[in-house]
Amino acid sequence: MKDEVPTTEERVANLKGMGSSRKRVEDVRFTQGRGNYVDDIKLDGMLFGDFVRSPYAHARVTTIHTEEAMKVPGVLAVITAADLEPLGLHWMPTLAGDKQMVLADGKVLFQGQEVAFVVATDRYAAADGVEAVEVDYEELPVVVDPFKAMEPDAPVLREDLEGQTEGAHGPRRHHNHIFTWEQGDKDATEAVMAEADVVAEEMIYYHRTHPSPLETCGSVASMDKVTGKLTLWGTFQAPHAIRTVVSLISGIAEHNIRVISPDIGGGFGNKVGAYAGYVCSVVASIVTGKPVKWVEDRMENLMSTAFARDYWMQGKIAATKEGKITGLWCHTTADHGGFDACADPTKFPAGFMNICTGSYDIPTAYLAVDGVYTNKAPGGVAYRCSFRVTEAAYFIERMIEVLAIKLNMDAAELRRINFIKKEQFPYNSALGWEYDSGDYHTAWDKALNAVGYDDLRAEQAQQLEDFKAGKTRRLMGIGLTHFTEIVGAGPVKNCDILGLGMFDSCEIRIHPTGSAIARLGTISQGQGHATTFAQIIASEIGIPADDITLEEGDTDTAPYGLGTYGSRSTPVAGAATAMAGRKIKAKAQMIAAYLLEVHDDDVEFDVDRFVVKGAPERFKTMKEIAFAAYNQAIPGVEPGLEAVSYYDPPNMTYPFGAYICVLDIDVDTGEAEVRKFYALDDCGTRINPMIIEGQVHGGLTEALAIAMGQEIAYDEMGNNKSATLMDFFIPTSWETPNYETDHTTTPSPHHPIGAKGVGESPNVGGVPCFSNAVHDAFRPFGLTQSHMPHDHWRIWKTANGLGLHS
Amino acid sequence: MIPANFEYHRPSEISAAIGIIQQHGDEARVVAGGHSLIPMMKLRMAEMGHLVDLQDIEELKGIEFSDSSVVMGAMTTQHELIDNADLASRLPILREAALQIADPQVRYMGTVGGNVANGDPGNDMPGLMQCLNATFEVVGPDGRRSIPARDFYEAAYFTAREDEEILTKISIPVPATGTGYAYEKQKRKIGDYATAASAVMIGNGAASIAMTNLSDTPIWSEAAGTALAAGDVDGAVAAALDAIDPQEDMRGPVEFKKHVAGVILRRAIARAQSRVG
Ligand SMILES: Cc1cc2nc3c(=O)[nH]c(=O)nc-3n(C[C@H](O)[C@H](O)[C@H](O)COP(=O)(O)OP(=O)(O)OC[C@H]3O[C@@H](n4cnc5c(N)ncnc54)[C@H](O)[C@@H]3O)c2cc1C
Repeated sequence: MKDEVPTTEERVANLKGMGSSRKRVEDVRFTQGRGNYVDDIKLDGMLFGDFVRSPYAHARVTTIHTEEAMKVPGVLAVITAADLEPLGLHWMPTLAGDKQMVLADGKVLFQGQEVAFVVATDRYAAADGVEAVEVDYEELPVVVDPFKAMEPDAPVLREDLEGQTEGAHGPRRHHNHIFTWEQGDKDATEAVMAEADVVAEEMIYYHRTHPSPLETCGSVASMDKVTGKLTLWGTFQAPHAIRTVVSLISGIAEHNIRVISPDIGGGFGNKVGAYAGYVCSVVASIVTGKPVKWVEDRMENLMSTAFARDYWMQGKIAATKEGKITGLWCHTTADHGGFDACADPTKFPAGFMNICTGSYDIPTAYLAVDGVYTNKAPGGVAYRCSFRVTEAAYFIERMIEVLAIKLNMDAAELRRINFIKKEQFPYNSALGWEYDSGDYHTAWDKALNAVGYDDLRAEQAQQLEDFKAGKTRRLMGIGLTHFTEIVGAGPVKNCDILGLGMFDSCEIRIHPTGSAIARLGTISQGQGHATTFAQIIASEIGIPADDITLEEGDTDTAPYGLGTYGSRSTPVAGAATAMAGRKIKAKAQMIAAYLLEVHDDDVEFDVDRFVVKGAPERFKTMKEIAFAAYNQAIPGVEPGLEAVSYYDPPNMTYPFGAYICVLDIDVDTGEAEVRKFYALDDCGTRINPMIIEGQVHGGLTEALAIAMGQEIAYDEMGNNKSATLMDFFIPTSWETPNYETDHTTTPSPHHPIGAKGVGESPNVGGVPCFSNAVHDAFRPFGLTQSHMPHDHWRIWKTANGLGLHS
Repeated sequence: MIPANFEYHRPSEISAAIGIIQQHGDEARVVAGGHSLIPMMKLRMAEMGHLVDLQDIEELKGIEFSDSSVVMGAMTTQHELIDNADLASRLPILREAALQIADPQVRYMGTVGGNVANGDPGNDMPGLMQCLNATFEVVGPDGRRSIPARDFYEAAYFTAREDEEILTKISIPVPATGTGYAYEKQKRKIGDYATAASAVMIGNGAASIAMTNLSDTPIWSEAAGTALAAGDVDGAVAAALDAIDPQEDMRGPVEFKKHVAGVILRRAIARAQSRVG
C-alpha cells in the first residue's frame, strides 16, 4: 500500500476552518423538526399563563373583576398589579433606564398592555379565564403623534414621572419628554449651513415596524422550593443579562438562578429586552410551586413586544457647488411609546445614531435626538441592526440622494467624491467614532461595474422617454446605497447595559482524544454559531471543526457574556474564541517542544500540528499533544488543555457594503417589481462564505419587507391596525426577488482574526437601497422624498401627486 | 388565539346535519374547510357551541359535467378547481381565479361552498359566480331551493341562505365556445384578499362583469356588461365604478381603490378580449 501523506492543502481542508463553506451543523436538527424551542419544553405539572390585555391605548383601570374567571374550571389564579406590588414586582426596570409596568398599575398606556395574568392547568382554560376577567376602564385622551405629545397641553402619559425633571439621560423638558441626546458641534454646524453654497433640507421618516421573529416570545419558569433554585427557560438573546436582572429585581441570589435559552426561532432584537410574561411566569411559579409556561401568540407579539424604528429625522446637508459635503445636521424625534424600553448601551439613549455621517468624509456635524412618550407599545430595539444604525444609514443615504437632486448630480458620483479615502483610516468622524478600516472606492467601483451602471442609466432614460411617449406605464428606478455599519458593542469603557460591561467570552476544553467542547456567552438565534465558531477554533488550534461541540445559552455552564444582537457575536465572542484558542495553542507548543525534546522556540505551528523548525518530518499533531496534556507528566506544565477568554474589544468594527437595486414601478397600481438586486458586503475576514450569503439573503428579504410594506400602524385612537400577518407584511418566496451577492475583504485591524460581523448589514443597507430605487424612479418628475413603506397605495399616491394619472 | 369550547359533530347525511342545526339553533354552525370560520373562532369573533363538520357527507362532493352546465358539490376544494382538467377546459376562469386565492395549503382545505357561503366581501368566488351567472342550491328543513348567485348577497356576512339551510351545489352554465374570460386581481402579497379584483366574460354578443372586495358584497353590474357587449369599454368601466363603494383599510384609501378598480377592470377586459376566439 502506498504511504499516503496528506498534503498541507488536504490538512487545511480537513479542518473545515475559516474560509470554508462548511454546511451548518444546526440544520440537521432544524430541518428534521428536532429543534428544541421554549414551547417544546414540557415539565411535570406545568401550568400555563395568559394575559388579559387592554383594548384601549390610554385609559384608567378602575376595577378588575376576577371572580368569574376564578370559576372557570382549571383556572388557579388571576394575578394583578395589586398582587405584585407587595413583592415590588408590579414595575420592572427597562434596559434604557426607565421603568415599565409589569401589570397595569392604575392605568394603561398602549393597546395590548398587560392587565392581568391568568394561571391555569392548561392553555385552553387559561384562554377561557382571560375571556372571563372583566375590567372597568375610563378612557383617557390618546396621543399617537410624537409631535403632538410634545405640545404644552398634551395629556400627561406617565403620571408616575410627574414633576420629575431629570430622567435617566439628563433633563426632561416636558411631561412626555424622555431625553435629549446631543453629539457633535452645534454652533460650527450651523455656521457651515449658513455659509454653504448649497443646503438640502428634508424630513426623513423611518416608520415603526417590528422584528416579528418566526417564534414569538415565551418562557417557562420552574421554582424548586426544596433547593431554592429557579430555572428559567426563555426566548432570551442575552441569557446572562437576564439572570443578573432577575436576581437584582427578585432578590434571589444569582447562583440560585439558572437561565437557559434553548433553540431560538429568530430574534432580530425582539428578544433582547425583558417582558411582563417572563416576570409573571416566575412569580406564578414561586406562588404555585409549579412550573409555569407563558408563550405569546402572533398578535400579542406584534402588539406588545418590542417594536423597531419610528424615527422622525429632520436633516440638513451642506455642500459646495461641486458637491463636496461640508456639514450635516440632524434633529430626530424618537417615538418610544409608553415606556422607554430601548435596548441600547446605557450611554447611548439613541443607540449609535451618531454613525449618521455614514461612509462620507463630513468635517462638521451635529445630531440631537429627543425621545418622546406616546400611547404606543414600548420598544425601539435594534431590528437586525446595531443600535439605531439602520435609522442612521437610511437618513444619510436619503440625504445624499436629496442633495444629488439639489445639485442636479448623479448620486453615484456624489457618493464617490465624498467617500472617506482608504488612506484616511483609522478615521475619526465628526460625531465621535473611530472607523477601523475601509476601502469604499474599491467596493463602489466593483459594484457599479458589476451591474453595468452606465448601461442601466441609459436604459432608464430610454424607458422614461417611452413613458412620456405613452408607450409604457412603467418607470424604472435605480437604487444606490453605500452603507457603513458600526457593530460589535463594545468596549467596556463606553458600552454597558444597566452597568453590565459589553465584553464577551469563550471557554474551550480539549478532550484527551483531541476533540473539544467550546462554550460562549452568546446565543445563536439562527446565525449558525455552532458552525462558525467551531471554524474559528479549528483554524486557531488545528482540530477539525467537526470534532468540536459548541454550546451556548445555559448560564450554569456557559461563561458570562452579554448575548447576541447588534452583530456583536463575531466581533466580540468570536474574538474571545480566537484568544482562548491562542492560549491553548501556547500551552500546546510547550507540550510539543517537550515531546519533541527541543526548546519551546524551536517548534512552530503548522495547520494541525507543531513541527520542529527546519525539520518538518519531526512533529506532534494536536491529537497527540492533547493526549499527552492529560496523560503524561510534563515537568512544569499543569495537566489538562483548556482555556477561557473574556474579550473586551478595543473598538467597534465597521463593516460596509455597496448595494444596487433595479426595480420597475407600475404607476397605475403602485406595484413595484424588483428586477435586480446586487449586494457587495465587506465584513472583513470571512469565516464561512455560505453562512454570510445566507445572512445576506435573509437580511435583504427583511429589508424588502420594511421598505415595501411592513409597518406597525395605529389609528388616532391608538388601535393597532397591523396586528396580524394579513396586514403585517412578511415576504414569502413569491415576493422575494433574486439576490446577487459579492464581496471585498478589508479586515479589521484590531480584531484578532480581522472579522467584522455581517448579520445585520443587509437590513441596514437594504432598506435605503430599495427605498432609493423607488424615489429614483420618480426623480425626473420632481420627487424628493416620500415616506416608507412603499406599498402599493403610497407609491400610487406619489404618482398621483406628481400628476402621472392625468 | 384559542377558541372557546365547542361540541364537534360529523354527520354523514345532509338531513342529519340539518337536524343538528335545528336542535341547537344559533349555537350551531356548519364547518367546511374551516379556513374562514376557524380563524374567526380563534379570535373569538365567532363563538358557537356546536360545529357541524360537512367532510363526511358524500353528496356534497364531486363535479358533474353536462353539455350545458357544470355542477359542483359544495365541498369541492379550491385545489380541485385547479387540478381538474375537465373543469379547466370548460371553465378556465375558475382555475385562473382559484390560483389567485390564498396559497396551496389553504386551497387544499378551503371549499368552493365555504367560499361562496361565507359572505365575506373579500372572497373571490362570489363575484366570479355572479359573473358566470351561477345558481346555488340550498337544502333546509323545508326542502330544496335554488338561488341565483346574483341574488344571494345582501350585505357583509348576510346572504339569502337561511340559518338552517345548507348550501349543497353550485351550478354554472357553460359559456359558449369562444367566450373570452379573465380574472384579474391586485393584492399585496400571496395569501392576501384583493385590493381590487374583477371577473370578465365576453363573446358572442354578450358580456358580464363582476368586481370583488370593493363593496360590502360582490358587485355584478348589468349596465357594465351591457356596455361591454356593445363594445363600449369606457362605458363599461364607468358603470362598474359607479356601482362600487370601497372602504379604506390597510390596503389603501378609497380614492386609490377606486382608481385601481378601474385599472384592474380594464386589464381584465383587455385580457378577456384577447381570448375571444
Ligand atoms: C391565509 C388565508 C388567505 C386567504 N385568502 C383568500 C383569498 O385570497 N381569496 C378568497 O376568496 N379566500 C381566501 N381565503 C379564505 C378561504 O378561501 C376559505 O377557505 C373560504 O373563504 C371558506 O371556505 P371554507 O371551506 O374554508 O369554509 P369555512 O371556513 O369552513 O366556512 C366559512 C363560512 O361558510 C359557512 N359554510 C361553509 N360551507 C357551507 C355550506 N356548505 N353551507 C352553508 N354554509 C357553509 C360556514 O358556516 C362559515 O360561516 C383565505 C384564507 C386564509 C386562511
